[in-house]
Amino acid sequence: MSGQISELSVSLWRGGKSGRYQTYSVPRRESQTVLDVVTFVQRHLDPTLSYRFACRVGVCGSCAMTVNGRPRWTCRTHVGKVADNGRLEIGPLANLPVIKDLTTDMEIFFRNWQKAKGAFVPSQTRHEPIAQIRPDSPARIAADAAIECINCGVCYAGCDTVRWNSGYVGPAALTRAWTLVNDERDGGNTARLQAVAADGGCHSCHSHQSCQELCPQTLNPTAAIAGLKRRTAAAYLKGEIEA
Amino acid sequence: MNVRLYVWQRATAAVMAPLVLGHLAVIFYATRQGLSAADILARTRGSIVWAAYYGLFVAAASIHAAIGIRNIFSEWSPFNERQAGFLAILFGLLLALLGARAVAAVVLS
Repeated sequence: MSGQISELSVSLWRGGKSGRYQTYSVPRRESQTVLDVVTFVQRHLDPTLSYRFACRVGVCGSCAMTVNGRPRWTCRTHVGKVADNGRLEIGPLANLPVIKDLTTDMEIFFRNWQKAKGAFVPSQTRHEPIAQIRPDSPARIAADAAIECINCGVCYAGCDTVRWNSGYVGPAALTRAWTLVNDERDGGNTARLQAVAADGGCHSCHSHQSCQELCPQTLNPTAAIAGLKRRTAAAYLKGEIEA
Repeated sequence: MNVRLYVWQRATAAVMAPLVLGHLAVIFYATRQGLSAADILARTRGSIVWAAYYGLFVAAASIHAAIGIRNIFSEWSPFNERQAGFLAILFGLLLALLGARAVAAVVLS
């Protein structure tokens, strides 16, 4: 902990789309996270502040916000790592509609998961034996690209292509699709490849790699999207999917 | 961008990569040898090989650039996808026309 600073100057976004930043003084504490700071404001300074969190341990993915200009999971972001001279500016995630204060509407984010066919499609019934998947098979290793995704929306908020192209489904949805493409038990791959090969799918990605840089789980959505580009191009050339 | 445009853009890039290297080699050769415009035209006029080489180059560049400009229009301008596609086709046709004119000028006698 910084020995000198006892108070943090915290600017929080208040209001909806047309709101403004409001500054609060928050006591600096040891091992303090950004979520602790926001919670302090809500519990002690302004109970009308809206924000979203649940687990506080980096599992649920609900507390992501823009912290000093960068999307982060606030429950696992220590103040000491991001507070420039004791100053914090915390806003809602970018690229998503603001409901109020620090809370965004994630509907489009999850709708894009559906658009990219991010749901598992069983290829067997419960009456058949359990599929044997070797942990060291190439497909199983490739599936690791997103298996730890917590749906926090950080990659979506940090993606330039999402900002420029409202039809783009975004890195999280495509990374989920890549995991399922590599799931040997899944039976929905033709429809999935068809979905992600369309306008707004994997081919809209410019490979800026912001998602890889920002992902709190250190996943690599850019690599997953590159895999989808290769797989869909091959399927298209073989006539398995249409443009 | 969809998979069809992606495949066309990557395929035309693959075609252009060796053509660019060949083009650079030609430039170096012509300047090192001190060839005049007349010397160059004497080699290219009536040549099916040079016509095919630069004709292919122009075709690949027109398609490749049109797909790229479609992306720029759709992401950075108020045009919708359909309008961006239409403008990109116009741009590609313009490139093809200008390129074909340049190729014709050096290979037709």
